Amino acid sequence: MATLRTPNGFDLDTTGKRVVVDPVTRIEGHMRCEVNVDEDNVIRNAVSTGTMWRGLEVILKGRDPRDAWAFTQRICGVCTGTHALTSVRAVEDALGIDIPENANSIRNIMQLSLQVHDHLVHFYHLHALDWVNPVNALKADPKATSALQQQVAPRHAKSSPGYFRDIQNRLKKFVESGQLGPFKNGYWTNPAYLLPPEADLMAVTHYLEALDFQKEIMTTRTVFGGKDTHPNWLVGGVPCAINIDGAQAAGAPINMDRLNYVSSVIDRTIEFIENVYIPDLIAIAGFYKGWLYGGGLSSQSLLSYGDIPDRANDYSAENLLMPRGAIVDGKLTDVHEVDLRDPEQVQEFVPHSWYKYADEAKGLHPWDGVTEPNYELGPNLIGTSTNIVNIDENAKYSWIKAPRWRGHAMEVGPLARYVIGYMQGHEEIKDQVDSTLSALDVPIDALFSTLGRTAARGLEAQWAARKQRYFMDKMIANIKAGDTSTANPEKFDPSTWPTEVKGVGFTEAPRGALAHWIKIKDTKIDNYQCVVPTTWNGSPRDNDGNIGAFEASLLNTKVERAEEPVEILRTLHSFDPCLACSTHVMGPGGEELAEIKVR
Amino acid sequence: MTETFYDVMRRQGITRRSFLKFCSLTAAALGLGPSFAPRIAEAMETKPRIPVLWLHGLECTCCSESFIRSAHPLAKDVILSMISLDYDDTIMAAAGHQAEAIIEETIEKYDGQYILACEGNPPLNQEGMSCIIAGRPYLEQLQHAANHCKAIISWGSCASWGCVQAARPNPTQAVPIHKAPGIPGDKPIIKVPGCPPIAEVMTAVITYLVTFERFPELDRQGRPKMFYSQRIHDKCYRRPHFDAGQFVEQFDDEGAKKGYCLYKVGCKGPTTYNACSTVRWNGGLSFPIQAGHPCIGCSEDGFWDKGSFYDRLTNVNGFGVEADADKIGGTAALVVGAAAAAHAAASAVKRARQKGGDE
Repeated sequence: MATLRTPNGFDLDTTGKRVVVDPVTRIEGHMRCEVNVDEDNVIRNAVSTGTMWRGLEVILKGRDPRDAWAFTQRICGVCTGTHALTSVRAVEDALGIDIPENANSIRNIMQLSLQVHDHLVHFYHLHALDWVNPVNALKADPKATSALQQQVAPRHAKSSPGYFRDIQNRLKKFVESGQLGPFKNGYWTNPAYLLPPEADLMAVTHYLEALDFQKEIMTTRTVFGGKDTHPNWLVGGVPCAINIDGAQAAGAPINMDRLNYVSSVIDRTIEFIENVYIPDLIAIAGFYKGWLYGGGLSSQSLLSYGDIPDRANDYSAENLLMPRGAIVDGKLTDVHEVDLRDPEQVQEFVPHSWYKYADEAKGLHPWDGVTEPNYELGPNLIGTSTNIVNIDENAKYSWIKAPRWRGHAMEVGPLARYVIGYMQGHEEIKDQVDSTLSALDVPIDALFSTLGRTAARGLEAQWAARKQRYFMDKMIANIKAGDTSTANPEKFDPSTWPTEVKGVGFTEAPRGALAHWIKIKDTKIDNYQCVVPTTWNGSPRDNDGNIGAFEASLLNTKVERAEEPVEILRTLHSFDPCLACSTHVMGPGGEELAEIKVR
Repeated sequence: MTETFYDVMRRQGITRRSFLKFCSLTAAALGLGPSFAPRIAEAMETKPRIPVLWLHGLECTCCSESFIRSAHPLAKDVILSMISLDYDDTIMAAAGHQAEAIIEETIEKYDGQYILACEGNPPLNQEGMSCIIAGRPYLEQLQHAANHCKAIISWGSCASWGCVQAARPNPTQAVPIHKAPGIPGDKPIIKVPGCPPIAEVMTAVITYLVTFERFPELDRQGRPKMFYSQRIHDKCYRRPHFDAGQFVEQFDDEGAKKGYCLYKVGCKGPTTYNACSTVRWNGGLSFPIQAGHPCIGCSEDGFWDKGSFYDRLTNVNGFGVEADADKIGGTAALVVGAAAAAHAAASAVKRARQKGGDE
């Protein structure tokens, strides 16, 4: 086969040298990527494979719907809580449960904390080493680094030459010890790294500062949910009762001390994002302005469900502070409505996934989702079923299903949200995007790239940090007005439920649009389906040969050294892949184990 | 392996003063008291950094996420100064074959000397290919690394017990590390269960290992006694309300606002061995019960399959005779639950009497 054009407009050529990256590291979960590069080292074909699954949906069958948040929260510990929130919303939707305003504010603060934390940790600890060379930082002049720091972020306190000298010394000794730990076998001599040593030193310093600070961000969730990772949630509201000045307020989950604690965390979070993350993002992007690869689907097919309801219980697009909508065929100004209940909109396909449908020509809406594993490899596989050398993408090749919106492969995530919001005239988003584009002196088209994806994530972290303050103030005002309610226990007892109901809950996870579809029968879960962000972005091909967002984004990228996959990592990491999320889908094909009777 | 921890920390620009402070904090975190700080300092001045291979099987990465939230010691200091984290696919710079080469290098250089830290577990169904690393089953990577390690740490409930993917009907046939085929029986395994484990418990276990160069004392299930020998209930700050028969009857009621006992809304604290009510979470800030939610028992074997999280422990009954581990766990839960219920009832009666007397 020479060149083939996919229906969604990408040219694939499999004749060149095949390069394999497995494992793709600095992601959540397990993933493999294979590409073909031509004689100029330009990627001409890309194949992304989800390499794990766990089967949460089957495990959920027959369980108490009120427990589902805890199971689904364990889909992912990085975007911890977003599945739980999606789950309680699905159950509340099915049962018609309204939650109190305070519960809505607390849930929003928890979800926004996650957005900020996840984006910050992604930028510094998962993505930065694609752009930042810690070894090169050893050559920096601490005094010049200090000057750079004061120029890019004059309000950040830690900026003296002595401070950078100390960090540099620590780094120097670390490197000299020969025990490079996580930096071992990196691509530090690759010419793809473009930062001057001072920018490298500044960024490495903030790698460490951010590692120290990130744990503070999530303590809002420790207060409201008792622990983090994996805080606790509740169908009908939140578990943390409020007692501001009554008897025994000191032993109550939320009292004045706790509110003050959360408030101070929010202030410090805003400060850190605005004085460290955003300035670094702009500074680093400035050196890579020419690296505008990786757009993929972002200029043509984007999807967002929306999130962060301003008032409780209103999930209409108008009430959501994060935008909802769909863009297809590159018609950016034409943002479509999204309806998760419509059987024609979201569907999942499996012709290239390790699952079995009765009729694989058709897709299934998640309420009617059927999943049965079918691990088989194509005739052009090189290797064996347990030792894959080169995968055959013409057959089944991934544990990820192929979701489609009205038949289109879609990109989801911060960039999708920001482009959709921008096109809808979302004021805060427009301000952020316009000022960033002008700071970098690049046109709006620059958004549709690996860097655009990385930049949108940073801007969203800033937006989310500020919105935490909004909901904190809102909750205080509500408490002041006399409402301390946090949970609606009315329909908590399963004996009050109808025999058969179904519902859908959604959030915008840090990585993109997330929804859970639930069917409840006789107070137990009858069917539970999750379609998650990395299922969209990491989608394999469909019947028509449309490629997904990961695969599309890698095409036409030039790699400096085919054996050092830094460019591949840059673009894949710009999506912040989460494979445990995407590949939890699973059918009951496993070996039958002895049944353990609980009741 | 000739350098000492102290040498390494000094060379990384950490002052003697900071080092000693670190030792005091470490001692405090281990509950050893200030007199142990000099011993830790001495140990760290004479012992080398240990290479660690941190492998990920089927999991959700919540253990790693918890680990980086450690307040003392900071994750940064563990990674840069205490251990040599040579392989951890969640944070390592290298990918693909450069990443896999590190495992071989470590085995060659430190055969029998490195710690194997396991997050998640291997699936046995689908030829093991429901968790693929470098084109091969994760189980093979695990067996290979286990064969040459000094000892294994099973992080979290996945590696220790199986956790959520091993809940009924365990479709991937995920098994905990100690039950995985081909794991040599002579390697010590330390289980640090919890979903996830408490951050400071994770870093304390590492600190203990590298400081005293031995495993902490383990219970018969392989858990460090220092963190897992008591039930949440034993030292819960709401215990006096249990004893007084003061319960949350439903969420957000008067009892919930006063911090009453959560037993009646399903708290598994009476049957859960963990340090949540003592060490607490995220630098000692809170723990689930303090934030108003019942303990779901996430550090216990098979906690997903013991009925709803909102059922009272007495409702956990009728365990079949099929599965030994569950039978034992279930019976224990039933007995303790029944005792707790009796106690609660007695307390309630007592309270009613007192109330009657007052009126």
